[in-house]
Amino acid sequence: MNMACDSWTEKLDAYLDGELAPAEARALREHLRGCSACAAESLSRVQLKRAVQTAGQRFTPDPAFRARIEKSVAGRKSAGWNRFWFPALAGAMALVIVGAVFLHLNRDRQAQQQRSEQRLLGELADLHVATLASANPVDVVSTDRHTVKPWFAGKIPFTFNLPELQDSPFTLIGGKVSYLNQSPGAELIFRVRQHQISVFIFQEQALGDTRAEDAVQSALSFNVRSWSHNGLRYFVIGDASAADLDKLSELMKSAG
Amino acid sequence: MPHFERLYNFACWLTEDRQEAEDLVQETYAKALRGFSSFQQGTNFRAWIYKILRNTFLTSRTGLKAAATVPLDLEGDEQILPTLKETPESILLQRSDWQLVQQALEQLPVAYREVLLLCEVEEMSYQEISSTLAIPLGTVMSRLSRARQALRAAAQKMQVVGAKT
Repeated sequence: MNMACDSWTEKLDAYLDGELAPAEARALREHLRGCSACAAESLSRVQLKRAVQTAGQRFTPDPAFRARIEKSVAGRKSAGWNRFWFPALAGAMALVIVGAVFLHLNRDRQAQQQRSEQRLLGELADLHVATLASANPVDVVSTDRHTVKPWFAGKIPFTFNLPELQDSPFTLIGGKVSYLNQSPGAELIFRVRQHQISVFIFQEQALGDTRAEDAVQSALSFNVRSWSHNGLRYFVIGDASAADLDKLSELMKSAG
Repeated sequence: MPHFERLYNFACWLTEDRQEAEDLVQETYAKALRGFSSFQQGTNFRAWIYKILRNTFLTSRTGLKAAATVPLDLEGDEQILPTLKETPESILLQRSDWQLVQQALEQLPVAYREVLLLCEVEEMSYQEISSTLAIPLGTVMSRLSRARQALRAAAQKMQVVGAKT
């Protein structure tokens, strides 16, 4: 064990307890692979952990004692637990009533919003299919986000950020200008395994009266994710799994 | 009754006496029920009930005595000791040595024993331990590290004694 190892062994306990940050844990694993002294130290600590775990589970309660406690708990429960639950229940009921009234007032408006949202998703699905079917799916072909983003400058009336994809299963294929409600926006095409996913970005004001909150939907059996950020509305659409779409959405959100 | 068996196990380790442990668990449940309104929904129930058990123990006769024999190196809790420099072979514990580890655990001061049990047996996160014992996160880490060293040392000492006899 050399001097450099001291800084690793300090972190060994936190690592074995599952308390090290992912990046540090990765670095430590890397070190353990190459350093036999630290690996042996790690093994001995794991053994100690296991030994304490086994040794520590030593005493089991007597069934008679359990029965006694159960009885005393049951006796008090009605007083203790009810005191807590009754106000909670009353509050919940009041909420349900307020909610029902609110829902009723909003139903018409919501139905209308839903129709326009459905129409919008239908159109996005069409755009995505058209891209998949096209011989030239993208106008800027590049896996480099630093090429794709500047390409849009001057072609669309806003700008956006693209995430770092190095540690993810996604590959950026390219992008093109797309139109929705006669307004220009960006369409980015990503690949994950054999699936292509389109990410559309439009200005919120161009989309009219659609629901602005985050949405998880499917349209024409495509999975769709959408959210708003800084006056822009993002749509992620594709035939990849819901989990993949969530992951890509998170990446896009993290890029802001 | 959530956590009944584990609470009992933990109580036995703290009190080192089954009768006392039973009283302790019973009082813990009684206090938990009385004070259930003080439990904040959304916070950690397990940490809350262990905290009640531990506080009840600390105010008991055995607990007060245990608290009076706090190890000296609990002072200056923040600083982590340098790691031991033995050869790994000497500290490898055999699987059959869990009885030895039990004895070693018994010899540790309560402050070390409880933090080890919460971490290894209850598998609490540092955050949970921190709220159960009402000590800062940094102290959880340094105390764990000391407790493990103390346990190793105790186990080794017993191994040596065992080998001689």
